[in-house]
Amino acid sequence: MSKIAEDPVLDPTIALPFPAAALPALRDPQLRKNVAHAIDVIQEKRGKLVVEKSDWQALRVSAAAIRTHALENLGSYLEQFEARCTAAGGHVHWASDAGEARQLILEILRKEGADEVIKIKTMTSAEIQLNPFLEAAGLSVYETDLAEIILQLGHQEPSHIVVPALHINRSQVREIFAQSMNRPDLPDDPQALTAAAREYLRRKFLQVPAAISGANFLIAETGGVVIVESEGNGRMCLTLPRTLITLAGIEKVLPCFNDLEVMLQVLARSATGERMNPYTSLWSGVTPGDGPQNFHVVLLDNGRSSILEKAKERQTLRCIRCGACMNACPVYRQTGGHAYGSVYPGPIGAILTPQLMQMRHAQSLPYASSLCGACYDVCPVKINIPEILIDLRAQVVDQERRSLGKFFDPLYLGLRIAALLFSRARLFHLAQKFGRIAAGLFTKRDGWIHSMPSVGGKWTQTRDLRGLPNQTFREWWQTREADRRRGR
Amino acid sequence: MRASLFITCYNDTLFPETGRAVVSLLERLGVTLDFHSQQTCCGQMHANTGFRAEAFSQAKRLVHLYADAENVVIPSSSCVAMIRDQFPGLFEDLGSETLRREFSALLPRIHELSEFLVDKLGVEDVGAYFPHRVTYHASCHGLRAIHLGDRPFRLLSKVRGLDLAPLPNLDRCCGFGGTFSVKNAEVSSAMLSVKLQDVFSTKAEYCTALDNSCLMHLGGAMHRQYAGMKTIHMALILASTESTPMEAFQ
Repeated sequence: MSKIAEDPVLDPTIALPFPAAALPALRDPQLRKNVAHAIDVIQEKRGKLVVEKSDWQALRVSAAAIRTHALENLGSYLEQFEARCTAAGGHVHWASDAGEARQLILEILRKEGADEVIKIKTMTSAEIQLNPFLEAAGLSVYETDLAEIILQLGHQEPSHIVVPALHINRSQVREIFAQSMNRPDLPDDPQALTAAAREYLRRKFLQVPAAISGANFLIAETGGVVIVESEGNGRMCLTLPRTLITLAGIEKVLPCFNDLEVMLQVLARSATGERMNPYTSLWSGVTPGDGPQNFHVVLLDNGRSSILEKAKERQTLRCIRCGACMNACPVYRQTGGHAYGSVYPGPIGAILTPQLMQMRHAQSLPYASSLCGACYDVCPVKINIPEILIDLRAQVVDQERRSLGKFFDPLYLGLRIAALLFSRARLFHLAQKFGRIAAGLFTKRDGWIHSMPSVGGKWTQTRDLRGLPNQTFREWWQTREADRRRGR
Repeated sequence: MRASLFITCYNDTLFPETGRAVVSLLERLGVTLDFHSQQTCCGQMHANTGFRAEAFSQAKRLVHLYADAENVVIPSSSCVAMIRDQFPGLFEDLGSETLRREFSALLPRIHELSEFLVDKLGVEDVGAYFPHRVTYHASCHGLRAIHLGDRPFRLLSKVRGLDLAPLPNLDRCCGFGGTFSVKNAEVSSAMLSVKLQDVFSTKAEYCTALDNSCLMHLGGAMHRQYAGMKTIHMALILASTESTPMEAFQ
């Protein structure tokens, strides 16, 4: 099978910068076709459902307001959640970073005597790189979401937060299953593939004593957890094992149960283009004799509270992980998710990842956008992603411009000079004249520039540039005015 | 009506014909134009690349320059978007109360070209003649930031001789994105190549827009590929008449 990308790394501390990480994807026609096709399917379904909803914009406003209110009072809602969840028989743990969360989860599993664990799709667990950690500690980890099974069996990384195997098509899935399940004659029709996965899963559901889930929402009012899903594997994980561990970012909390009325409407439409997702599970604590008898919630900070402190950037945490921004993004459409070097790709990843990294890594991501604004248009909680991208770029520039290496970087140098020229019209006019002479050196007989040095070469690697005209507009205007005064 | 033309730095330097066409068009419609000789740039390039302080000084400069203008016409949708979307944040963080007041007073007098024609002058038929097949690229800033809506189409549909070819995936970015086109040159080119497939599928002679930055990107690739299509700012189409065809401005 064609290789998806040269060993994508989804760890922002060691991933390549975005422009370099994107190259393998750009050269992979199969991947680009898979991504564009999958996105088109979701986008079309979403588009129809948004049009039919006459109060869509009002729903977005409500959803944004609910999330904003929750974040502005996060501390008290989290404490309320902890109290209500504990009262209902759950155990709440607080993890300040990935390492603490991993250790907490391992200790719970060890205490329960579990050496196997089943999982519902959770990007938060991918964020803290939980699977490799548990496996290194000797546990067997089984993903149960179809896309996650494909990735796990195919030893691949997720490329989308809702549809993690979006970059893999049906025949590639068949190859992965045929190899890993030792079924060389497996056909590639969806029914057969799903049946193969079901067979693989059934035993795990019945035998494995512990499960790990993420959370779409936490409800402060009830101490409850909400999981929305499409396949029903989640419902199995949430009901069959003896022990259940929910890992959730601290930002996932909603004030009350009734808030779901708005949130579930915008989430399903934005994420998968459905009026309602097939399975919505809600539970609070433990019910004696029914379902898991040991229930733990691990609340993960891992950089989130530092985002919360900043008034403008705080809106990043409104995100409900619907993935609509990546489906709408013309950059993601070409590169897929692996280029972002994080489990959170696309526009939301471009603002979330560097902030989770406290701006110490992933500084190329805020630049991985043409600022076209399609993400902001579709975001169900109205996160102004372009605004935050620009804000993060300013933070990157503030970091970099002090360094000697960047002082002489052609782009930095050019922008500093440009700023000086733009400060005085006379200087700007002089620069235009000088620029005309300089550009003349590169202008071919046809009046176009086909090749430029330095940063300009990045432009001319795929586009020409029309040579500079002999007269600027300003010169033309001044000549015209002079002619007029002379009465011509 | 009086209006001051903010030509923008890159139109001034690279696309003076756009400015000449705007002058011809607006004067034909009875507008008295002036051109402030001290104008340079709105600061968009610096703002979008992360050079906030530099962007702020350019923004402040623009507000002072046009404080007394009756109207400011700008034939570049992304520069208008810069003024409307980014000036407030820059002034909030770095500006004085006086500057913020001056800016609020100026803001309603800032018009993108098609806004000025349709909303301010109240014309859709500008008396243009352009006997060619044309497709319209709705630049992202024109579409999503300043919401030009159907204004460009209303103007184009009244141009005599013009055969308007609808562009598939109208809302999709061409991949320019300012310094994005060099910082992420390969991804930008991939977006461009996909966009060009849609643009070429229209079988138009010209691809037009209200923003020369997208057109520089699309047109640069068309020229590189010896494609049978050119880019043209909409001002040139609207300025063209039987007696003064487009060539008069070039």
